[in-house]
Amino acid sequence: MLTALKQKFRTWLFRPKIESGTVTLTQRRIFILPTRQGLMLVCVLMLMMLGNINYNLSLGYVLTFLLTMMAVISMLHAFRNLAHLEIYAGHAHPVFRGEAAHFLLYFNNQSQSPRYQLGLVKTGESFWSTAPATLKIDVPARQVIEVAFPLATTQRGWLQAGRLTISTEFPLGLFYAWSYLHFDTRCLVYPKPMSDVALPLDNSPDGEGKRSVAGDDDFAGLRKYVAGDALPRIAWKAYAREQGLQVKQFSTPLGEEVWLDFFAVPDRNEEDKLARMTRWVLDAEAQGLRYALRLPDGELPAANGLAHRNECLRRIALFNLPQQRRT
Amino acid sequence: MNKPLTYGLLLSILMVIAPHADHLPLWVSSLCAGLLVWRAYLAYSGHPLPQRWLLLLLTLASTSVLLISFRTMYGREVGVTLLMLLAALKLMELRSARDAIALIHLSCFIIITNFLYSQSIPTALYLLATLLVIVTTWVHLQAPNITFKPRFRIAAVLLLQAVPLMLILFVLFPRIQGPLWGLPQNAYGTSGLDEKMSPGSMSGLVLSEAVVLRVSFTGSPPLREQMYWRGPVLWDFDGRAWTKGQPVRSKAVQLDSLERPLDYVVTLEPHNKTWLFALEMPTQLSIPAGLTDDFQLQQKNSVTARLRYNAHSQLGFRANAEETPQQLQRALRIPADLNPRSQQLAAEWRERLVSDDAVIHEALANFTRENFYYTLEPPLLGLHTVDDFMFRTRSGFCEHYASSFVFLMRAAGIPARVVLGYQGGEYNDYGNYTIVRQSDAHAWAEVWLHERGWVRVDPTAAISPTRVQSGLSAALPDSLALPFMARNPPQWLRDLRLNWDALANQWNQWVLGYDAERQFAFLTRLGMESISAMKMALSMLGGTALLIGLFMLYMLRRMAIRNTDVTQQLYLKFCRKLARAGVTRAAHEGAQDFSQRAMRTLPRHTDSIRNITAQYLALRYSPAGDGQKVVHDSRINALRHAVSAFKI
Repeated sequence: MLTALKQKFRTWLFRPKIESGTVTLTQRRIFILPTRQGLMLVCVLMLMMLGNINYNLSLGYVLTFLLTMMAVISMLHAFRNLAHLEIYAGHAHPVFRGEAAHFLLYFNNQSQSPRYQLGLVKTGESFWSTAPATLKIDVPARQVIEVAFPLATTQRGWLQAGRLTISTEFPLGLFYAWSYLHFDTRCLVYPKPMSDVALPLDNSPDGEGKRSVAGDDDFAGLRKYVAGDALPRIAWKAYAREQGLQVKQFSTPLGEEVWLDFFAVPDRNEEDKLARMTRWVLDAEAQGLRYALRLPDGELPAANGLAHRNECLRRIALFNLPQQRRT
Repeated sequence: MNKPLTYGLLLSILMVIAPHADHLPLWVSSLCAGLLVWRAYLAYSGHPLPQRWLLLLLTLASTSVLLISFRTMYGREVGVTLLMLLAALKLMELRSARDAIALIHLSCFIIITNFLYSQSIPTALYLLATLLVIVTTWVHLQAPNITFKPRFRIAAVLLLQAVPLMLILFVLFPRIQGPLWGLPQNAYGTSGLDEKMSPGSMSGLVLSEAVVLRVSFTGSPPLREQMYWRGPVLWDFDGRAWTKGQPVRSKAVQLDSLERPLDYVVTLEPHNKTWLFALEMPTQLSIPAGLTDDFQLQQKNSVTARLRYNAHSQLGFRANAEETPQQLQRALRIPADLNPRSQQLAAEWRERLVSDDAVIHEALANFTRENFYYTLEPPLLGLHTVDDFMFRTRSGFCEHYASSFVFLMRAAGIPARVVLGYQGGEYNDYGNYTIVRQSDAHAWAEVWLHERGWVRVDPTAAISPTRVQSGLSAALPDSLALPFMARNPPQWLRDLRLNWDALANQWNQWVLGYDAERQFAFLTRLGMESISAMKMALSMLGGTALLIGLFMLYMLRRMAIRNTDVTQQLYLKFCRKLARAGVTRAAHEGAQDFSQRAMRTLPRHTDSIRNITAQYLALRYSPAGDGQKVVHDSRINALRHAVSAFKI
């Protein structure tokens, strides 16, 4: 009963609802509590007060009151450091499991004063003290800045950004002001590609297969790098010329098709199977093959290109997931 | 811990320790200085901090030396010294943010210990500077990436905003009269009159320009030569020094034939003695203190803090016309085997002259006749001090004259005693009060005459009337032994000093002297009725809450100011003018549509509305290139003129 009430109170106070669009940190959304350092200062001030009374130190009163009021004022400053900040979420590029998912957030500071030392952390990871992992952000006056908030990925599927705590202890560390951000932003996490596995070139859809990918040496041109491309295919020379990360493309004769078949995967574990298939998709795409995907819940016809690759990876990532992680 | 932050903390600790340097034991000051230099070097060179065991050893060693040298663990001095040591040692293990926070709190606390020694205006200013350094470092600790200027600005803003709130608290916080524990300890670094007088003791004291008391008179102050601030009364003479001696059976104080009353308020600087000063003769006092049988104002406790009291004196009086034989006997005792020539001289006068008055007159006349000389640097005296002075050196300071005069009187059979105190005072025009300094220290004599009681005789006045009329600097104009300010400084310097003293006096009265009593008086004057601690606390909380609320409102308003540029502001002003004429722009309405509607409603202003709208649109939708700032600015100015000129 009590727990339920408490939960209800928290729900009412913190309003953990998911938002989209721009969030403005209004007064109603900002919470403030003293920090441990703040409580320590209270003890020091009380000691000072005792000294003042005992030794009748008028200037001591002046100092003690000045410090006390400065501490109180610092609460306003902590509050102001967050107040009226506008935040909206960008999207997050898909990543492979194990890589950090980077959720893009935009902080728009419309006011004339800069915001200092805003801490951004996944809610629940730290409350009283700012953990060293906390991302620290400064937002200059009248500017919008982009922040990539990293989250570790532990399973494939959709990763929700979840509730983030934005907090500040600026300027004196005596008060902890915070607010919650819960954006409906998510990041697709592909399975982690298995390493060192060969493509199943023997089961091409038309049954011929068993041929080496001869076209490998026929250099056809460069295309932009996408995550997951094989390292040896990166055009390092082009990179050195500062043309960005490019991947060498090789011409393969048309009609070279390969089936990436779930049922043909030798692994027993489903996750391993998906990991191997992920690798296949990446390699097949890198080698310029046309590849088709077969999963127990459907097939994708053979094709080639980034869109096809991403669709394949998406299908693999979302295969056989419980509903909640599927959306 | 980054370097600038370490330097900031070093500077903070240095600033809070530095004022203590003059009263810390020398080895503690040098140890602290050494530690600070060492820490600065480590930060500069990037060497690692010393090992923990070394620090522990250093801490234990210095603490035990401290305890041994002070021979106690309790008390203010040892506590303060220990705090200094710990602060300096803590710097040596400054590793984490937590250590830095502890150091910042510690340095705030140490500032307070400075006030045990001085609470003057310069100290207060120094406090502010120190606080600014500490808070700047504090902000730095929270935000390591901000550069110095904004950091300093934030610290200054925090402090400035706290000042008005601090004032509310200072005025309204209910004062509790200390001490809560322990006895009041002696005020630091004071010198003053002692209950003893020997050749040279007064001339040493008058070299000090320190303030003894400040007094403001109700009505006009009396003449300088009437201002005798009575201090200790000395009875016993051992041939060299005068002391208080053992009291004997005596009559209670009886003052009659009082005339020329005077009311005044004395603010006495702490001198760590029990006596108080008042003009001869005090009859009433606003604080509990007694008048001893030799008319000395005495309090139960030592004066260890600045003391304020109202006093009422009568400049004309008859004091103890009746005395017990014991008391008179006591006032006649002299060492029989010393100063034979003076004793002989006194006996001769006694024989020759009939009345006591004539003897006194002869003694004083003797000083002028024999060319006695008033000087701060008299020659040294031998075993027979009075004889040496009377017949050989013939030059001396007030203590010589008082001593030999009383000796001669006693030898002639007239009861006499020495009175110490201050004579005169400097009137301060700027604050309408009189300053009495150590340099006004004086010794005079009192003789007991039949029917007339104790009568003051100042032998110094006979030899150097200017001393009592115009003060020491006038009496000894070219004595190099006097401090510069006690000689005749130029007028502007004297004015400056008086101005400063007037300021210091206000400071003492209103800031340092703001106790329960003053608070009550002040709040009553402000119009607060039936003052109680509860009421003060409530109005204090109310006041601070109100002010904080105002700050908050101001901040939020500032936050709400959007990034509207000048063009937009000018256009909004134009819209407001139109709104007053009844044409209000709807939120969805564009400038063009709005102008059409406005022109239809106000056909007389068609031209100016069209003109302003066109200018606005041009500015708004054709942004100025980099090289066209001047053109852009001139167009903005044109719009500004048009908007200001627009009248309906």
